[in-house]
Formats: sequence, structure tokens, C-alpha cells
Amino acid sequence: MAALNPPQLPPPSQAFTASGWQRMLLLAAGLYVLYAFSNMGISWERFTQGLSHGANFIARMFPPDLSKLDILAKGLLESMQMAVLASALGVLISLPIGLCAARNLMPVPATMFFRGLIAVCRSLHPVIMAILFVKAVGFGALAGILALIVATIGFVGKLFADAIEEISIKQVEAVRATGASFMNVILFGVLPQVLSRFVGFATYQLDSNLRNSTMVGIVGAGGIGGALFAAFQRFEFDFVFTILASIVSIIVLGELLTNLLKKGFRL
Amino acid sequence: METSLHIKGLTKSYQTGKPVLKGIDLHIQGSGMTAIIGPSGTGKSTLLRCLNRLVEPTTGSLVLSSSEGQVDLALVKGRQLRMARRQIGMVFQEYNLVERLTVMENLLTGRLGYVSSWNAWRRKFEPTDIAYAFELLAEVGLSEFANQRADALSGGQRQRVGIARALMQRPRLLLADEPTSSLDPKTSAEIMQLLKDQGERHRIPVIVNIHDVDLAKRFADRIVGMTGGHVVYDNQPENLESSMLQKIYGGQSWLH
Repeated sequence: MAALNPPQLPPPSQAFTASGWQRMLLLAAGLYVLYAFSNMGISWERFTQGLSHGANFIARMFPPDLSKLDILAKGLLESMQMAVLASALGVLISLPIGLCAARNLMPVPATMFFRGLIAVCRSLHPVIMAILFVKAVGFGALAGILALIVATIGFVGKLFADAIEEISIKQVEAVRATGASFMNVILFGVLPQVLSRFVGFATYQLDSNLRNSTMVGIVGAGGIGGALFAAFQRFEFDFVFTILASIVSIIVLGELLTNLLKKGFRL
Repeated sequence: METSLHIKGLTKSYQTGKPVLKGIDLHIQGSGMTAIIGPSGTGKSTLLRCLNRLVEPTTGSLVLSSSEGQVDLALVKGRQLRMARRQIGMVFQEYNLVERLTVMENLLTGRLGYVSSWNAWRRKFEPTDIAYAFELLAEVGLSEFANQRADALSGGQRQRVGIARALMQRPRLLLADEPTSSLDPKTSAEIMQLLKDQGERHRIPVIVNIHDVDLAKRFADRIVGMTGGHVVYDNQPENLESSMLQKIYGGQSWLH
């Protein structure tokens, strides 16, 4: 029996041993945060000063300015049209691009190229993209639409490609075994498996485009953002409030609409 | 003209130097059910999948002769391959229906080799094909399920749809890869009967991979026993003795 009972070791005093390295790293990170604070000139005084400015700013928003509803309506309408157009075109373009980027259906050179294209589309923020397009095609809604299309391709294209890579290849094989052409295999074997997810991505992107379309105007790419920026610069904070409140209601409305759309597609 | 299939010297290696099929010679002619039995991993599925080129054979010839002419399945490419595939219906172990399509759409999938992409996109099929699909659906006893989605069906119902889809091709040859492995015993027997009946009715050969020796003996007109990538038995079911089963599967404790 002695062999089954090895000499008892005293129980360890603690369950975990602290790693010296982890402590050092945490300490360094903490120190850096303090340094950054002092470096940026952010102090408690600065903060309280800012708060009183903020109160003043909010006070000047009231009563909201309702005298320029024509400018407001024109800007909002343009924003919405930009979002809808960019979503429709962007989703349409994303479909073949996502398909060509799916590694389980396409040869490696094609997927490398299209994955790269999607990565470029994703890498730049829509506002930076809008600045580029304003320089390229001039001020106005066209630049904004193009910027949003690029953003849509980056997002929907990637998620669509990933969704295709997760499909059941058995179903595809069965369709291929009937002698179906490549396009018919895509239509009957692949698309039915990813369509509902694709609709989900598209409605999410419509929502996102709606938000971004209100912003690209700040750099002159059309939509309500232009009016918002002008109002800021003229210190018309009462009109700023009207614009912001309208944007919020539009976004909420859009959310309700996309929910309806999803219900329609039984998602 | 009745279908004939000549398999000569078929080998398949997934990795070089490790062949799964080591020279298969088989001749299948006319109607009737041929059951291929053998242990798992002996290449039964690979053999069937070489025939419709879901798997690329390494060497050998697979000559299919039918009313549509003669073709070496091992050599065809591109359009020729698709035209050859149209003649070969296949039934799968896990049914492989497109789950989110309706039963009717799954059946019409069998006609995709004959339909342009534009018409496939618009779900526009020949009226004769649609009529045939309803006819087949009635034959497999699923008439009222035409507009149900495939993922709403039970295993036995799905396999019936799988068989109907293969028959929609009006095939010259019917392959079934372990069609009963996922089904209960009663449904398994019904599916085997359906395969046998349909083969006789359309006067085409049916080749079935199957694990269940009793089912094979009960329904097949001919049994091919495979082991280690070779054919070791090729004869009538009545002549299949337990000594041969020992040779095919190895051991004897599983035999009663």
C-alpha cells in the first residue's frame, strides 16, 4: 500500500503564480496612459472649463430653428437617395466579386485578386474615400455615391465570400453530378444556401450607408452633411439641432424598415 | 439500345503510391441491380464517384455505351463531361438535397444539364419536364410535398426525392452510394425496392454501394465483393457463401 501513497507534499500556498512579465507590462501600460494625459494637456480644470462651454453650446441649440426646412429636406432627401443608390449598386457589384473571392469555388489566382480588391475597398474609411472621389470627380452627390459603393463592396463582398466558403459542398456536388453548367451549379447549388444571409448583409449595409451618407457631405460629397457643416461654421446651433434630430429619426426609421425587409425574407 | 458499362484497369490514388482502387475490371450490361459490398475504406464510393467524375480516376478506361453513343468517362472534359454526366443519375448517402429549395425545385435540378442559365434563373423549365416531375413525385409517394422545402422532410422522404431527382435526368445509368446507411431498416428496404423497380421500369442498370449484406442479397441481381481495392467476388447473390464474406470483410466473429 505504501507504493500507492507517495509522501505527502505540503499543499501549495496559492493556486496561481503571478507572471512577472505580465505585471511589468500592465505597469508600463498604466504609466503610458498617465504620460499621454499630461502630454495632451488634459487636466481636471480643462475638463470643467469644457463642461461650461458644452452647457452654453446646448443652450444655444434651443429653440430649434425650423425656418430652413427646405434646405433640410433637400439635404436629407439627397442623403437618402445616395444611400439607396449606393446600396443597390454596391450590393449588385458585390455579388460577383464575393463569388469570385470564395476559395471553395474559384482557383487560387482569382481568389487572391478579388480578396485583395475587397481588402483595398475595406481599408479606407468612407470619409477618406469621399475626399478622394471629390478630388477625382468633383463636388456633389456622385462622389458620395461612389465612396459608399466602395464601402459596400468592401463589407458585403467580404461577408458574402466568407458565407459561400461555409456552404455544404455536398449539395453543390449533387447539382454538379446532374451535368449542370457552372452557372447553373451556382444558381441552384450555391445561391439558395447563402441567399438569406446575403439579404441580411445587404440590409445591414443599407443601414450603414444611411448613416455614412449624412457624413460624407462634410467633405463636399453631397447630402445633409454639407448643410450640417455650414451651420456649424456659422454658429447656427439651433439649426444644427434640427439637422441632428432629423438624422436620428431617419436612422431609426431606416432601422424599422430594414427589420420589415428581413421579416419579408424570413430571416 | 440498352446501356453497357465497361470498366477496364481502373485505378485511383489520392496520394501517389497509395492506390485505393488497384485495377478494377467490371462489365455491366442491360437492366438489373448490381450491389457492391465490401468493408469501409475499400474504395466502393471512389469507384462510383469515378464514374461521374466527382473523383478523377488515375488510370483506366470507363466506357459507357447507350442510345446517346459511346463515351470514355475517364477521358471526357468540359462540355463533353457535362453531357456524359447528364446520362448518369446519382443517389447519395446523405441525400444531398439542396435544403433551402422546395421538393419540386430539387427535382427540376435533375434537368439543369439541359437548361440555360437564364431559364434556370427564372425557374423556367420545359412543360414536359414539369409534368414528368409531378409524375415521379406521385410514383415515390410525395405528391403533396411538391412545395415543401427539402429541409422539412424526414430521411426516408428525402431519399425518395433524391431518387426522383436522379430519375428526372432520364438517366441511362443509375448510381447509388450507400443510399440506405442513414435510414431505418424498414425504410431501407423500401428505398432498395424503389431503386430496383425504377431500374427495371426504365430498363437501365442500377449500381448500389451497400454495407448491409442481407439487403444486397435480397434485392440485387448480382453482387460484386470488393476488398483492399480489388474485386474478389462477382456472381449471383445465391452463391455468396460465408467463406467468401470472410474473405471480403475479414474475421468471422461477426457472422452468425
